[in-house]
Amino acid sequence: MSAKGLLIDYQWCTGCHSCEVACQMEHGLPPDQHGIVVNQVGPWQLPDGSWQFDNIPSPTRQCDLCAARTAKAELPTCVHHCQAKCMRYGDLEELAANLATSPHQVLFSL
Amino acid sequence: MAEHIEQHDFDSVTTNDDMKSNSYKSGQDALNFEANGKSFGLVEHAHPWRYEQDGLTVTRGSAWSGPGCHDGCGVLMYSDADGHLVKVEGDPENPYNQGRLCVRCIAVPEAITNPSRLRYPMKRERADRGKDKWQRISWDEAYDLIYQNFQRFKEESGAESVLFCQGTGRDIAQYITRLMYSFGSPHYVLNISGMSCYAPRVTACFATTGSFWLGDYSQEFADRYDNPEWHRPERIVVWGNNPLVSNSDGLYGHWVVDCMRLGSELIVVDPKCTWLASRARQFLQIRPGTDGALALGMINVIIAEDLWDHDFVDKWCYGFDELKEAVSAYTPEAVAEITWLEADEIVQAARDLAQAESAILQWGVAIDMTKETIPASQALLALFEITGNIEKPGAMIAPPTLLYYGGGWGGEWLPEGQDQKRCGYDKYPLVGQAFIMSQTDEMISQLETDQPYRLRGAWIETTNFLACTSPDPERELAAYNNLEFIACVDLFMTPTIMALGDVVLPALMYPERDGLRVGDGAQRGETINKAIETETEGRSDMQICLELGRRFNPEAWPWNDVQEMFDDILKPSGFDFKSMREVAPAYIPFEYHKHEKGMLRLDGKPGFNTPTGRLELWSSFLSNLGLNPLPEFFEPSPGPKSTPELFKDYPLILTTGARPWGYFHSEHRQFPHLRALHPEPVMEMNQHTADKYGVSDGEWAWVENDRGKCKRIVKVNQGVMDGVVSADHAWWHPEGSPDNLYDLWDLAVGNLLAFDPGKAGFGCTYKSTLCRVRPLEKEDN
Ligand code: SF4
Ligand code: SF4
Ligand code: SF4
Repeated sequence: MSAKGLLIDYQWCTGCHSCEVACQMEHGLPPDQHGIVVNQVGPWQLPDGSWQFDNIPSPTRQCDLCAARTAKAELPTCVHHCQAKCMRYGDLEELAANLATSPHQVLFSL
Repeated sequence: MAEHIEQHDFDSVTTNDDMKSNSYKSGQDALNFEANGKSFGLVEHAHPWRYEQDGLTVTRGSAWSGPGCHDGCGVLMYSDADGHLVKVEGDPENPYNQGRLCVRCIAVPEAITNPSRLRYPMKRERADRGKDKWQRISWDEAYDLIYQNFQRFKEESGAESVLFCQGTGRDIAQYITRLMYSFGSPHYVLNISGMSCYAPRVTACFATTGSFWLGDYSQEFADRYDNPEWHRPERIVVWGNNPLVSNSDGLYGHWVVDCMRLGSELIVVDPKCTWLASRARQFLQIRPGTDGALALGMINVIIAEDLWDHDFVDKWCYGFDELKEAVSAYTPEAVAEITWLEADEIVQAARDLAQAESAILQWGVAIDMTKETIPASQALLALFEITGNIEKPGAMIAPPTLLYYGGGWGGEWLPEGQDQKRCGYDKYPLVGQAFIMSQTDEMISQLETDQPYRLRGAWIETTNFLACTSPDPERELAAYNNLEFIACVDLFMTPTIMALGDVVLPALMYPERDGLRVGDGAQRGETINKAIETETEGRSDMQICLELGRRFNPEAWPWNDVQEMFDDILKPSGFDFKSMREVAPAYIPFEYHKHEKGMLRLDGKPGFNTPTGRLELWSSFLSNLGLNPLPEFFEPSPGPKSTPELFKDYPLILTTGARPWGYFHSEHRQFPHLRALHPEPVMEMNQHTADKYGVSDGEWAWVENDRGKCKRIVKVNQGVMDGVVSADHAWWHPEGSPDNLYDLWDLAVGNLLAFDPGKAGFGCTYKSTLCRVRPLEKEDN
């Protein structure tokens, strides 16, 4: 089986924390530990008047890519619940091919 | 888990969007349910409403109060052989949320097992209000106490001496109103100054157009975004709300993001740069409380530049010339002065909206919480009417109705003449007569003065108003303390119950009980399904109302159990509880352009359900009530321009009530994974404002004005307009001491607010008043 990962299109990540809490509940993690954490960058205004405001989720070493779920052909719970539908789970190679399609994406090899 | 997920080829890339499209075979297959001659749109379910999977029992259902919000997302509740709720997941088959959930429903299992839940009925001596001197009692004793007290008040002073209070109500509201009406009381009470949540917008819409208007995010169709009749809105004007977090009025906030991904572009009007604002085509950073002026200015531009929809206005609007006259003074320059925007921003927004093929007005409580909210609502609405954004795909639509909920359920049981005893019935006819609620600010005065008659008891269900909606908790507490007997129903002990309750009944959370999810926003047929037995002695709100209602008025509550009651409620839909549970969600047939087809008026003629049959830019209804028939702008007061003296001492504008992700108003503070997301109350301001007043990011500080103060942690947010402070609302510390009402007095932002409604009895100052900030001193800690 080829290596898997998570692709996050942070152009659309709203910072809703659903991935974080779904991961904690699924894995029985306490509130101060995470399998994935959302980092907020901004808001601040840029010289051209536009705004910097991104949310960039990062999986941690505690992410097991929801092995128990994916073994049953279920989606990782973060992907399942992502409110902006901006997370993808799959083969690293295929995900990497998606990187080129639009800016502001990040790929995690896990 | 549903079959379609098992069908996935997991060697390929998968998002929950792929999961969604697999479940929408229904779009093509056009699954239908025929009931009462109507054909309901359905989705295909891979399983019955309850099934076994991997050793767990899965119960499909809908999430409504509580703990939750207004939305009623589709959920799959997983329970084990011991009957424990193991997890809650979003139901991918449900077109509403399409498998997604916000953090609140994801964390529901830790709500169910929370050690601080109310577990059994309790009573307390009236002299001990405010003290933790509760005594456990049986349900029978609790019901006896409530029955005896309320019945005595009714016999001695009339049923109008008892108040019936709800908060957001959600699926519980209808049972409270039936209890109230069948008891004989007209006091439908919200405990919010100027009824300033949803009610003003609904009232302004009905008064001027005969309907309510929702943004069309395809929510009327079972096949959602794939429905061929639907087009994505070209423009979504997110006006004074952050729907991604608030999910209010039946809107699943992330539909806005779905539409953006389909090409919708936004105009955002807000004092703070929200995430949506950062992705908007235009972000209008507006002074709080001046939205009405902006709308009038945009109308001015649209008329001056001849950008209005002539065909639509000529055919369907009434009073265009009067509107034109009313906006003539609101030139872009004049409006720039009022709103602190640039004149060309206003012109650009007006042109952009007018030229869009379709546009949604995504409005929220910031408009309700404008002091003169009715004329402000009229202004916003008029903007979307003269641009023809009515009853077409991707614009504003009149939602079809499955069950009629107006004024609650059971109104026919209110004895004749009782309605006139509502607080504020004569003073504020738009509230007491049109919206048929007791006007909160008048009710508070009545509690204090016994005029025009004495109030003696209260039923408080689904509301923690002292910590949440009260604009002056000290005054409200004193006013309510005049009542001789107060009964409360809730999931947790709250500051309100600790301060005021004489009897408290424990309620159940949604996975522990059955219910209906029909109303709010676009109606659809869904049921709330019990997944587990409760480990408390709690009973569902529906059961409590039924059991008490039977004691007060058995004729009005003829049902043996809640399921019989649900069957009866659902009868007009053609479903009963069990048939709806199996097929839910059921979508009501929906059509666009209903005004052209005679589907909006009671007499079946084309047009709108108003005296003129048109959308009334000049309102006959408001004129008849002695109110201005046209939209109008009033300076927010207190405010920099209306109270300049006060502004010298309190030079910052305070806006309250922005929602954090994990909380629904005063709920959810007890659940560790949600609390960790936002552990303490904050007030946001930009660095410049923080520096100017000597407060620092991450540190506690006071926010105060001439009325009072409260503590907040300063959070520097460069997205907040300079000179504006945005403070959290609805805070208390469930882990704190009951003796000081769980730190209520330190934390209530209501300390700075007032019972101060607008002219029509609607509107308040929660979203714009004045304040200053200063660091906490040593002795404050
Ligand atoms: S894939 Fe599973 S384990 Fe990894 S971050 Fe997502 S939810 Fe957590
Ligand atoms: S669930 Fe999705 S939208 Fe929400 S924070 Fe995580 S990645 Fe972002
Ligand atoms: S929006 Fe959140 S709290 Fe509300 S029903 Fe949906 S998941 Fe539950």
